[in-house]
Amino acid sequence: MEFIKKYPKLFQWLFLLIAFFALCFAIDVPETYKFIRVQAEFVKDPNQSSYVFLGKEVRYYAFDVFWRLPPLLGWLPIWINDSLFFLMNEWMPMEFWDEDIKEFKTRPLLLQVSRNLTFFMTFLIELIREILIGGKNTIVTFTSWDWISENPWAKLPGLPWTIVAAGAVILGYNLSGKGLALFAGLVMVYISIFGQWKPSMQTLSFILVAAPLSFIFGLGLGIAAFKSKRIEKALYPILLVMQTMPQYAVLVPAMVLFGVGDHSAVIITMVVAIPPMILLTLLGLRAIPPEVIEAGKMSGCNNWQLMLKVLIPTARRDILIGVNQVIMVCFSMAVISAFIAAKGLGYNLLLALNRLDIGMALEAGLCISLIAILLDKMSLAWANKQIDYFGNLTFFQKNKNILFFAATVIIGIVLAYVGTFLFKGSYNYLFEVPHNKGISTADFWNKGVDWIFDTFFVYIKAFNTWLIQDVLQPMRALYLRMPAVATIVLVVGAGYLIGGIRSALVVCGLTLFIALSPWWDRALVTTYMATFGVIVSCIIGFTVGTLCFQNKHSASFMLGVCDIFQTFPSFVYLIPVMMLFGITDTSVLIAVIVYATIPATRYTIEGLRSVPAGLHDAATMSGVNKFQRLTKIEFPLAFPHMMLGLNQTIVFALFMVIIGAFIGTEDLGQYILKALSDKQGAGKGLTLGICVAFIGLIFDNLIRTWVEKRKKHLGIN
Amino acid sequence: MSEPVIKCEAVYKIFGENAKKMLQESNGNVDAKTFQENGCIVGVNNASFEVSKGEMLVVMGLSGSGKSTLLRCISRLTDATGGKIFIEGQDLLQLNNKELIELRRNKMGMVFQSFALLPHKTVVENIAFPLQIKGIKTEDSISKAMDMVKLVGLDGRENYFPRELSGGQQQRVGIARSLAVEPDIWFLDEPFSALDPLIRKEMQDEFLRLQDKLQKTIMFITHDFDEALKLADRIAIMKDGIIEQLDTPANIVLKPATEYVRKFTEEVPREKVLLIEDVMDPSTTENLGDLKVLKNEIIENVAEKILTQEKSVAVIDNNNKIVGSINPTKIINTVFGGRKNNN
Repeated sequence: MEFIKKYPKLFQWLFLLIAFFALCFAIDVPETYKFIRVQAEFVKDPNQSSYVFLGKEVRYYAFDVFWRLPPLLGWLPIWINDSLFFLMNEWMPMEFWDEDIKEFKTRPLLLQVSRNLTFFMTFLIELIREILIGGKNTIVTFTSWDWISENPWAKLPGLPWTIVAAGAVILGYNLSGKGLALFAGLVMVYISIFGQWKPSMQTLSFILVAAPLSFIFGLGLGIAAFKSKRIEKALYPILLVMQTMPQYAVLVPAMVLFGVGDHSAVIITMVVAIPPMILLTLLGLRAIPPEVIEAGKMSGCNNWQLMLKVLIPTARRDILIGVNQVIMVCFSMAVISAFIAAKGLGYNLLLALNRLDIGMALEAGLCISLIAILLDKMSLAWANKQIDYFGNLTFFQKNKNILFFAATVIIGIVLAYVGTFLFKGSYNYLFEVPHNKGISTADFWNKGVDWIFDTFFVYIKAFNTWLIQDVLQPMRALYLRMPAVATIVLVVGAGYLIGGIRSALVVCGLTLFIALSPWWDRALVTTYMATFGVIVSCIIGFTVGTLCFQNKHSASFMLGVCDIFQTFPSFVYLIPVMMLFGITDTSVLIAVIVYATIPATRYTIEGLRSVPAGLHDAATMSGVNKFQRLTKIEFPLAFPHMMLGLNQTIVFALFMVIIGAFIGTEDLGQYILKALSDKQGAGKGLTLGICVAFIGLIFDNLIRTWVEKRKKHLGIN
Repeated sequence: MSEPVIKCEAVYKIFGENAKKMLQESNGNVDAKTFQENGCIVGVNNASFEVSKGEMLVVMGLSGSGKSTLLRCISRLTDATGGKIFIEGQDLLQLNNKELIELRRNKMGMVFQSFALLPHKTVVENIAFPLQIKGIKTEDSISKAMDMVKLVGLDGRENYFPRELSGGQQQRVGIARSLAVEPDIWFLDEPFSALDPLIRKEMQDEFLRLQDKLQKTIMFITHDFDEALKLADRIAIMKDGIIEQLDTPANIVLKPATEYVRKFTEEVPREKVLLIEDVMDPSTTENLGDLKVLKNEIIENVAEKILTQEKSVAVIDNNNKIVGSINPTKIINTVFGGRKNNN
């Protein structure tokens, strides 16, 4: 009894666990239960139960309600589909002028909006794309196809790659100096001579449209949320869900609304990239000291001046981190949106992965990563750039960048023209190195993969078999063995113990949504894969972070490594693991682990660093040794921050698990991927995405609540 | 005297949702405790005073006493819950947004405790900022700002960024910025509180030099009683939103109105604050020694001379006319006596 009084929390947790296990043992697996069930959509099985809601029939396999809840939300995806269909095809028909057939046509409003948006986006993308690599579509927009066929000379010529490369070098130099200029040059030359020019420029044009638009909208909405509590309240739940929503899931509804292609990809990218931009804008504006705002007001600023000249510049740092995030999301989406036929490197990467052509995939992936790192560095340099207003500059000094660029344009054009004579009869390499006509290392990599397989096949296979049979399968079985009621009791109980009744209710709502959807089993599999990934990632990240923290240089180095790894689009991680482990769950899990270790490591180091120096000294003066200092001072204080890292780790892991569906898993991701090729997929894709987001949010809620309590307890702000 | 520059009539600032309604119901009889029970916090409680042209009013109080809130009501960075505020006869609370901006652009300057400089602008850009906001051309505003840079002694640092300056230098920029539009009214919100003691003293002297030259109407906020005594024409001492006493430094030291004010005055070295005229005896003008002292000397400066005299010393005004007398005992009583009684 003494013990219980001393540790009441411990006792409560113990009680919760006992209740959980008691439920698990008390409720038997129904004899009819099989995980891989015949899918209700395709086969009508007389063993199925069904109910009708809103005129939709939902068929499902009924079990004891304690074992699995009936899918009472089964109608939701169908209903979403129907609503979308109604909105697109029937809602508010209006007369619209159709330029192509020169007459008015009746069309539903949303369809017309979608058409206009599509037209606008396509125009923007084509414009930039054709400046970079040439084409006719932009001119067609202003004239017509007939006109083009009469005037075959009319097309944008595209820039020779030398000019684009030189432009990148000049920009790099202007932003940050020689280092960045050199890097920009190397990246551009690499892309060109390896024959990835065209797809790279396609990807770049996509990003040059998506990133600025996301930035503008994100900034605008962020400001609106800052100004109005009501807007913030309305945006907040959307932002929260979008943060944990897998990017796959957004593809499907967007496909229904906007069709397939680059324009659709840009819109989806904006949907994904705007929320972090809003959050960071809001964060930056919130962090402005009130006195600075007052100083602006007392200087006589009106609202516009206050926003443009005081608030945004002062919040510059966070806003630019937002820009950075936007760029990263754009690259990530550049690959994923290849699923809806966006052109560029992502498409090549996907194609190569589909063919198991690891070499090609690697080259495309490397190109994406390099461009991503380049743009990342450029945006950061832009963020930190200071303008010299007072230097007494000559005309040449002021305009040297423009002059240089003009010179390179002329030289580039001359070179390209000379090239037409040099490479007579073959490709003009001074204009553009055609796709697959450059140097390629693909064969080398493919042979390397073959060699690895031939040489280490036995070991890899053995490891694979061991992991799958002895670790993964039992773990999966355990997860699936949990009766729904037991899971809900565990999660809600944890919510109550951590955050009281409020937290419990939130968590309960989120869990119930998943439990009442038709995909509870799949969600369990997703959770099991994520859990496994998170546990391993945390162990690795924690250990590596702690070790690196012991030395200042290694800590900085490790953070740098994390930065670079984070710039890789998530899809790229699948390449090397497929190289080694082929198409198995192991591949997915290893990709998950690598990807999710980044935040785990980063937050461990940052958490340990945030321990105040004064405490360090105090501990040293109390005569602790290194180990004692770590366990008694640093870990307890850094723990809340490290838990935020855990939060990120979970989100990263979930993302990767879902992306892993591309390799082939049996979880929610698989269904999302399926929904992509399903006519009725929009509702399903969205609902599945929400399910994944909710899994993330359950952990998010629990961890955040705990961290806030803990921080208050420790007196860290 | 002409019309006061700043005039407050029963100004209240109460934070909370039902503040306005509660204030109306209370009929001006605001009790902080009852308000707090209803979720309202009283910031300023029935403040009435006037500041005339060229005068420096120092508002002194500890943190949470409402002094900064009072200043923000008068600069209308926050709207007062009740009462009236007149700036040069204009009813401040009746101004619309446009008029308010005009007023701030032309009449008001403000200095902040944390300097509140714009981090992305250089020294000279920060100072030119209010001018540029007014729509003055870049060249003109920069040249005007350069004058200000010289005024506060930052020549040669005009292209520095705020983060490259020390605290004292940053506050010089803040002062220069607030003066750039040549305002008539100058608000200073604990301008020297974030500075080191030595720098603080230097900045106070600098401030007095500037004020000597510029003769602005000033409201100066501080939590430092010594600073208040050193700078003020008049001091308002605030506690829990109420102005406990508003008077000249000498009167506050000699005749503290409340127990709270008296506590502040206990440790004050009176000989450094009080003038001869504050302690002289105006009735006796005969049978005096040869020594004469000016009535507006600080006691400390003449105490030694007076103490060596046996007879009472004559006090004269600027026209060399005897207006009273003072004897050595009085000096000793003033310097040491008051404190003992209070213990």
